[in-house]
Amino acid sequence: MKLAQNLFEPAKSQISAEHINRPSTTMLQDAWRRFKKNKLAMAGLITLASLILFAFIGPYLIKYNYYTNDLMNQYLNPSWIHPFGTDALGRDTMARLMYGGQVSLAIGFVSVLINLSIGVFYGGISGYFGGRIDNLMMRIIDIIYSVPDLLYVILLMVVMGKGGLLNIMIVLGIVNWMGMARIVRGQILTLREQEYVLASRTLGASTSRLMLKHLIPNAMGPIIITSALAIPSAIFMEAFLSFIGIGIQPPFASWGSLAAEGRLNIPSYPYALFFPAAAIAITMLAFNFVGDGLRDAFDPKMRK
Amino acid sequence: MFKIKKKRILTVAVAMLLVVSVMLTGCSSNQPAAPAKVMKTSFNAGAEPKTLDPAISTGVPESHIQTALFEGLTRIGEGEKVLPGIAESWTQSADGTVITFKLRDAKWSNGDPITAEDFKYSWLRALSPEMASEYSYQLYYIKGAEDYNAKKGSADAVGIKVVDPKTLEVTLAAPTPYFIALTAFHTLYPVSKKASEANKDWSLKADTFVSDGPFKMQEWKHNDQVVVVKNENYWDAKSVKLSEVTFKLLEDNKAALTAFESGQLDATENIPIEDIGRLQASKVLKVAPYIGTSYYRFNVTKKPFDNVKVRKALAMAIDRQMLIDKVVKGGQKPAYAFTPPGMVDLEPGKDFRTVGGDYIKEDVAAAKALLAEAGYPDGKNWPADVAILYNTSSINKLLAEAIQNMWKTNLGIDIQLHNEEWAVYLENQKKLNYNISRAAWIGDYADAMTFMDMFVTGGGNNQTGWSNAEYDKQIKEIANKSGDQKVRIPAMHAAEKALMDDMPIMPIYYYTLPWVIKDNIKGVFRSSLGPIDYKFATVE
Amino acid sequence: MAKYLLQRIASALLVLFLVVSLTFVLMHSIPGGPFSREKQVPPAVLINLEERYHMNDPLSKQYIDYMKNVAQFNLGPTFRYEGRTVNDLIKDGLPKTATIGFIATIFALGGGLLLGTIAALWHNKTPDTLATFIATIGVSVPSFVMATFLQYYLGYKLGLFPPVGWNNGAFKNLVLPSIALGAFPIAQITRLMRTSMLDVLSQDYIRTAKSKGLPGYVIIGRHAMRNALLPVITYLGPFFAYILTGNFIVEFVFGIPGIGQFFVTSITNRDYSTIMGMTVLFCSLLVVFNLLVDIAYTFIDPRIKLTGQKGA
Repeated sequence: MKLAQNLFEPAKSQISAEHINRPSTTMLQDAWRRFKKNKLAMAGLITLASLILFAFIGPYLIKYNYYTNDLMNQYLNPSWIHPFGTDALGRDTMARLMYGGQVSLAIGFVSVLINLSIGVFYGGISGYFGGRIDNLMMRIIDIIYSVPDLLYVILLMVVMGKGGLLNIMIVLGIVNWMGMARIVRGQILTLREQEYVLASRTLGASTSRLMLKHLIPNAMGPIIITSALAIPSAIFMEAFLSFIGIGIQPPFASWGSLAAEGRLNIPSYPYALFFPAAAIAITMLAFNFVGDGLRDAFDPKMRK
Repeated sequence: MFKIKKKRILTVAVAMLLVVSVMLTGCSSNQPAAPAKVMKTSFNAGAEPKTLDPAISTGVPESHIQTALFEGLTRIGEGEKVLPGIAESWTQSADGTVITFKLRDAKWSNGDPITAEDFKYSWLRALSPEMASEYSYQLYYIKGAEDYNAKKGSADAVGIKVVDPKTLEVTLAAPTPYFIALTAFHTLYPVSKKASEANKDWSLKADTFVSDGPFKMQEWKHNDQVVVVKNENYWDAKSVKLSEVTFKLLEDNKAALTAFESGQLDATENIPIEDIGRLQASKVLKVAPYIGTSYYRFNVTKKPFDNVKVRKALAMAIDRQMLIDKVVKGGQKPAYAFTPPGMVDLEPGKDFRTVGGDYIKEDVAAAKALLAEAGYPDGKNWPADVAILYNTSSINKLLAEAIQNMWKTNLGIDIQLHNEEWAVYLENQKKLNYNISRAAWIGDYADAMTFMDMFVTGGGNNQTGWSNAEYDKQIKEIANKSGDQKVRIPAMHAAEKALMDDMPIMPIYYYTLPWVIKDNIKGVFRSSLGPIDYKFATVE
Repeated sequence: MAKYLLQRIASALLVLFLVVSLTFVLMHSIPGGPFSREKQVPPAVLINLEERYHMNDPLSKQYIDYMKNVAQFNLGPTFRYEGRTVNDLIKDGLPKTATIGFIATIFALGGGLLLGTIAALWHNKTPDTLATFIATIGVSVPSFVMATFLQYYLGYKLGLFPPVGWNNGAFKNLVLPSIALGAFPIAQITRLMRTSMLDVLSQDYIRTAKSKGLPGYVIIGRHAMRNALLPVITYLGPFFAYILTGNFIVEFVFGIPGIGQFFVTSITNRDYSTIMGMTVLFCSLLVVFNLLVDIAYTFIDPRIKLTGQKGA
C-alpha cells in the first residue's frame, strides 16, 4: 500500500500537554480551597466572625456600658430597650455580654495559643525521641499534672498581682498544656513507626525536617481538635476561677462568670443564664465546626 | 456499603436504651409510707461539722446541731430570755464577781447524773492548752482562766469550785453581767467527765456520743447527715415532742433550697439573694432577727483614708435603704452606727441602739463638700489604685459593685474591685494590705460589748490600723472593769461615739436571717445569735 | 516486660516523691494558713493550736515527719475535721466518688465511642451533624451550669430523680450527678473517636479489607475500631484519675459526700494535710492509670515499643 505523504502530519508537540495549566497552589491555598467547600465549617467561621464583631465592635454601637447601675430597673425581661434584659443591678445584659465576649474570646484564643505552642513542642520532642527522654519528659508531665493546679493558680495570681486579663491568660495557658503534650506525643509515637517516615529517614532527612514536614502535619487532626476543645476548657476554667474568687475582677465580666451568676437565677430569672450560656454554646459549636473543617483541610490523608 | 453495620449499631443502641430504662424503672419504686404520728423534721445545717465536741467547735453548722444535743447551765428561750437550763437557779455576790449555780437533778443521755464536777472538768478542758480550743477566750471572764490557757498559770488557780455535787461556784476576774447568758454558749456546755476520760474520742462516733440536751446523737454520716433523736433522759423530756431531727450537711445553699422546694428538706437558711425576691413574693420566706452588722473597713494607715473627711464623705454618699431594697433584700435595716439592735440598755425594755441613735446622715451634697475639703473636689486627684477588697460570694460582689457605682455617681471617684479567695482575703485584711475591705461581725452574746471591744488599739479584730485614746479608755478602763450597767453602758455609748466620729469603718446594714421552713412545723425557736432550737418544735 | 514494669514503678515512686515535695513547697508559699479566721484567734490560743498540730516545728522537720508518715501510708490528721485522719476522709469518700465515677465512665465511654463511630461512618451527613451536636452540648456549658440545670429541670421541675443527696447510694440519686460528671468527657471522647476513626477509615488496610469483601462489621469491629482507639486510650489515663477522684462542682451541687470536694475545699481552707493527702491519692492513681494506658498501647498497636529503642 502506498501512502501519500500528505496523509501525514507531524504530531503536535507533547510538551504543551504536560504543561500544568492550573496555577500551582501552596499548602495554605490548598487547605483554604478545601475548607471553603465545607459548608458547616464555613458557617462556623462566619458565626465566629460575627461573635468577634459583636464583642469588639458591638460596644461602640449601643448606648449602654457594662458597669452603670440602674437599681430601679433590675431583672427586666428582654425588650426593645434592653434586647437581652437587665441584670441584678439593672445593667444592660447585651452590653455585659459584649464586654464579656472580649474577655472570654481573648482568654480562649491566647491561652490556647500558649498551651498549643508548649504542648506541641514538648509532646513532639518526647514522642519523637522516645525511650529514656520520652520516659523522663512524661514523668515530668505526671508531676506537674498531679500537683493541684489550684495551688499554683492561687500562687501565680498572688505573685502576679490583682487578677488582670493578661495574668489569667498566662496562668490558663501554663496550666493546660499537659493534655496537648500527651496527645501530640501519642500521635508522634505511632507516626514515627510508619513507612513514609522510615523512608524519609533512610533518605537522610534531618530531625527537624521529619518533625516539621512529616510528623506534625500528620498529627494535625488531633492537635486541632484538642485546641478546639481546649478553648472551652480555658473559658470554663476562667469561669471556675471566678466561681471560687480568683477570676476576672468585677464589674468586668466574662461569659463564664455571667453564666456562673446566671446559674443562681434559674428559678427567678432564667434569662440571666440563657444568654451567656447561649453565647458560650454558639461559640463552642462554631469552634468545633471550624476545627473539623481545618482538620479535613490540613490533613494530608484527607486529600482525595 | 456499610448497610450491615447500620443495623448493628441500631441494635446496640436499642439494647443500651433498654438496659438504661430497666435500671431506671427498677429503681424508682416508692418506699412504703412512714407510720403516722411520729414527728420528724429536717434542716440543712450547711456543712460537715468540724467537730461536735462543744469545747472546740466554732462554726454555725456545729452550733445548730449542738443546740439540739446539749444544754448549758442556762438556755436561751423565746424573746432572748436567759432561762434556767441544767442550773435550777443562781445567786451572785454583791460585787458581781462570784456566781453560785445550783444544779437540778439532770442526767446525761446515757443515764449518768450531771454533777458540778462535770462542769468544772469541761471548762478546764476547754481552757487547757493541749485542747487548743479556738473559743477558749469565751471563758477568759473566769479568774485565772486566761493565764491557764496561755500557760502562765495552773488549772488549780482557775476560779471554778465544786462546792458539792449540785453546787458550782464561779469566781470572775471582773464583774461580767452577761456571763450568765454566756453559759448558754457552746464553749461552756458540759461534757461527761466519765465518758470523756474513758474515751478521748467519744465525740467522733454516734455510739459513744454522750450529751445532756433535748436530743441525743443517733447517726453521723460524714458530709451527708447527722440524725438526732429525742433524749429520754433529758430533764425536760416531757416538753420535747419531736422524735427525730435530721441535720443535712449540704454546702451549696442553692441545692439546699432546691431540696427544700422539692420536699426533700423541711427547712434551710442561707437563702441565695437571687431567690429572696421570689420567695418573698410567694410569702414562703421567713426573716429571723440576727445580731450582726455588715460594714466596710477603711485602712487608716494609707492615703486617702488616713483623712477622716474622706472616710466620712464615703460613708455619707451611699444609699443604704436602696442597697437593702434592691441588692441584698431580706429586710435588713440600714446601719447608721456599729452596734446592731437587740442589745440591752440601762432601762429594761430599752435597746442599746435606739438609745444610742444614729451617727451617720446620708447627704451627698455634704459628702461632696467634705471630699473637696480633703483635696478631691469632684473626685479630682483621686488615686487610681484604690480598691474594695472582698471575698468571693454573690452577695459581696453585688454589694461592692453597687457601692462602687454609687461612689462613682455621687462623688465622681473611681474605685476598683479586688476579689480574693477567702484565705488570701483574710491575710490581706490582717496585714492591712488593702484600702477598703468588706467585713461582717456577728455577736456572740446579747451585750454591746461583743461589738464594742473590737476596735481597741492593736486588737486582733481591729484590722484598720485605727487607734483612739478615748475609745480605748472607755472600753478597757471603764466598761470592762465594772459590773455595774450604769457605768458600763454609758461608757460603751461614749466609745461608739468616738468610733463613729472617726469612722475607721463604714456600717452598711444590720443583718437579718432569711430562712424557709414548711408551714406545718411549729414552735421552732430562732435565737438572734443564730442557732436553731428544736426543743419545743412540733409537726402538724 | 518485667524489667520495664520495675523501671516504671521505680520512676512512679520518684514522681510521687517529687510531687509531694513540690506540693509541700507550693502549699506553704500561698498566703494564709489553716487557722485563718474572720474572728481572729487570740495569740495565746494560736500558739496552742500550732503546738497541737506541730505547726511550730521548722518546715524542714514538718516535711521530714510528713514524708516518714507517707511512707507508712499514714496521711496524717486533717486540720478541718477534728479527730479524723486524711485516711478516714479517703476511706469514707472514695467509694462514693468512685461509684459515681464508674457510672459516668460507662456513660461517657459507651456514649462517646458510639457517637464518635456513628459520626465517622456517616461523615458529613445528618447522623454526623447530630452526633457532633449532641456531643458538643456537653462541652458547651460549664459543669456548674450543667449540674444546676439537670438538678433544677430534671430533678425539681419534672421530678424524675431526687435533686439532691446521696441517700445511701440509691441508684436514682446517682443518675443526675453521673450525667453531669460524664457530660464533658463524652464530648471529648466522641470527638477524639470521630477524628481518629476518620483517619483510620482512609487507610490502605481498610481499603484492602473492603476489597477482600469482608462484611462491614468485621471491618469496623476488627480493623477500624481497634486502630482508632489509640488517641482515646491516651485520653483515658488522666480521665480515669479525674473521674475516680470526682469533681468538686458535681459533689458540691448534688450534695455527694465524696472526696472530689476536698480537692478544692482543702486548698481554700488551707487544710495542709488534706491537700497533701489528696495530691498523693491523685498522683498515685494517675501514675497507675498512665502505666496501664501505656501497656494497653502495646496490646492494641504492636508497632509501639515501650522500651523505645530509637528507630524501628
